[in-house]
Amino acid sequence: MVQKLDHLKETPSQTAGPYIHIGATPNFSGIEGVYAQDLGKTMVGRDAKGERITIVGRVLDGLGEPLKDALIEIWQADAAGLYNSQQEKRGKADPHFTGFGRQATDYVTGEYRFETIKPGAVPFVDGRPMAPHITFWIVARGINVGLHTRMYFSDEAAANAKCPVLARLEHQRRVDSLVAQRSDKGGRATYHFDIRLQGENETVFFDI
Amino acid sequence: MKETGTFYRRDRGWHPPPLTPQYKTSVLRSPRLAPLSLENTISELTGPVFGHDILGARDNDLIVNYAKSGEAIGPRINVYGRVLDENGRGLDGVLVEIWQANAGGRYRHKKEGYDAPLDPNFGGCGRTITDSDGRYWFRTVKPGPYPWPNRVNDWRPAHIHFSIFGHAFAQRLITQMYFEGDPMIWQCPIATGVPDREALEQLVAALDRNNSTHMDSLAYKFDIVLRGRRSTPFENKREGN
Repeated sequence: MVQKLDHLKETPSQTAGPYIHIGATPNFSGIEGVYAQDLGKTMVGRDAKGERITIVGRVLDGLGEPLKDALIEIWQADAAGLYNSQQEKRGKADPHFTGFGRQATDYVTGEYRFETIKPGAVPFVDGRPMAPHITFWIVARGINVGLHTRMYFSDEAAANAKCPVLARLEHQRRVDSLVAQRSDKGGRATYHFDIRLQGENETVFFDI
Repeated sequence: MKETGTFYRRDRGWHPPPLTPQYKTSVLRSPRLAPLSLENTISELTGPVFGHDILGARDNDLIVNYAKSGEAIGPRINVYGRVLDENGRGLDGVLVEIWQANAGGRYRHKKEGYDAPLDPNFGGCGRTITDSDGRYWFRTVKPGPYPWPNRVNDWRPAHIHFSIFGHAFAQRLITQMYFEGDPMIWQCPIATGVPDREALEQLVAALDRNNSTHMDSLAYKFDIVLRGRRSTPFENKREGN
């Protein structure tokens, strides 16, 4: 016999189910008066630094149909590449930007929408810059363990080409599944980012 | 020892696999390709911080936090426990959110298809933040089981959904709490998607008669374990960690 390590095991995940809105976005689901505002609804304060952007897209199942009961959370650095987190030791992030967003997909169209800012680059573990990116976490009925992925930016082609994380992909044509396409209208950038759970052009998910 | 290290690898065999065909919705919503393995970067080692300023005084009391004309109806319970990491350390400042059906098994949701009645005094959501030892508690009513459209005559065991933020986005977890002694746990296609019996037992809250409230409510204890992180003094602290 040897000594015991005494590590606990992580609590197993279970699906968020079809009613996650009750707990995560109660005001969105029509349960009003319990919380003043749904968590993660507003990310950007008036004085936040950085380019204002909109991200829209859908989460598509294996037949290409949009999920109308998904919840998406995003986590990102501020315009200077700092996270608004107790774990951020490199400097103080913009206090007017939370970095955390949470939105449900629309009950009818399945579209999600975030109003945020474009993040700065942050370093990889070896100090090389990773291309600017936003972490996405997707949960829904039928998803047993929340799915982590990243959104990169189509107007950062040079940075994307040098990103040490994107370089990890054995099948480089799959990089496209992580790059949101920019369009500009009325002086504001919108990035379109669909997430494909399976099938042709399945999104790259991360085991972090 | 500071919490600065990277996280222990998630044991995917302890969690339900993405594809569990007895839970039919997973068939078209489960990725087919292998995920990309990535050592933790600053993007995963950080996470949002939520302060007590977001909480209302009744957020963790589901019996009264939606009450209109009286209190929610049903068997009254306290649900309490600790949020720990895999090293057994209590995690402070962790936002815990819950949602559930009412005592009749009915959710307050426009897509709900079960005929059991709504309780006008029960919304079904609650939240709290763990204290310095990682402790949390909720007061609520025990949710009822309910039928759902999967296989014919599938019923969910009574359960409460939990959403937990750790200290880093890599610890993010959503799960469900079941109740000790419920035979339907072991018949449920969602619960039994967890392949290991010991792992599924980790989702079953224990009835704790010692912590019931006199002439008011029973208590169930539900500890939650999030991923642990390396904290040896020898870890190579490269930039970004």
